[in-house]
Amino acid sequence: MKITLNGEMRDLTGPTVQDALVQAGLGAAKVATALNGAFLPAAARAETTLKDGDALEVVAPMQGG
Amino acid sequence: MPVFYGTAVESPLMLGTAQYPSPAIMAQAFRASRAGIATVSLRREGGAGQDFHNLIKDLGVPVLPNTAGCHSVREAVTTAQMARELFETPWIKLEVIRDDDTLCPDVIALVEAARLLSDDGFQVFPYCTEDLSVCGRLLDAGCQVLMPWGAPIGSGRGLNNPYGLRSLRAHFPDVPLVVDAGIGLPSHAAQAMELGYDAVLLNTAVAKAGDPVAMARAMALAIEAGQLARRAGAIEPRDMAAPSTPLFGMAVLG
Repeated sequence: MKITLNGEMRDLTGPTVQDALVQAGLGAAKVATALNGAFLPAAARAETTLKDGDALEVVAPMQGG
Repeated sequence: MPVFYGTAVESPLMLGTAQYPSPAIMAQAFRASRAGIATVSLRREGGAGQDFHNLIKDLGVPVLPNTAGCHSVREAVTTAQMARELFETPWIKLEVIRDDDTLCPDVIALVEAARLLSDDGFQVFPYCTEDLSVCGRLLDAGCQVLMPWGAPIGSGRGLNNPYGLRSLRAHFPDVPLVVDAGIGLPSHAAQAMELGYDAVLLNTAVAKAGDPVAMARAMALAIEAGQLARRAGAIEPRDMAAPSTPLFGMAVLG
């Protein structure tokens, strides 16, 4: 299915958010996620199923002021 | 030392982690200044996030994540929720921006986001203006600290409205107040502390200095000087001269 991951169109099989992160090479990274603009807690990733057209944001700690 | 939401912080200098020439220089700047808090952000993971997280942990200071770049309540709230999970802290430096030229806070959205986040258990550090009404609304919303700007972020202009900042200090004598943004020189930071502020948050003035490590130290010294001066009690300025050397006992020589 087609998922927008961090603004890029990706073809991932899923079906869960956790699966998609693994498929995108982010399975082991310490990240936070938002699905379609709403916060998705880490504990909910394995039981949240993606659907075609979903937008997933995956963020990590970065420099800030 | 400032106390934010019941947590005593080691130093009134709150230092950003962005724009340094290198991660090593950033770490040295923290060591040289003994900054009490490190501000950080969240960005799309492009591979650098994991190393940065380790670097921040090694600094050994509390982390204050921000919502920099957010323009709406929804964006800011979602960012705060992600930050809480990732950094394992209820602290959030809440920024909601409306105008990109001045990076002036959208105070209407800020108050709304502050209320939502406070109700959700966050301890909100709002980046705000020095407006008394807005600051009152932020306290009503659950904030227990206020962070008015000195000048627009990254401008290095110092305290644009010392009168307003002084009024805010007088109006809320028991609320921890932080000048956040606009600091360019150590003298600006000292002035904030002389006005009775509890802390100063800065980033660009140190990170973009010719020698960030030396500037970080200079900022720390200025903040300490300003704080001492505030406690010492300054004289009132006056228009006429007043001789400091006693006139009594002066020899008559002419």
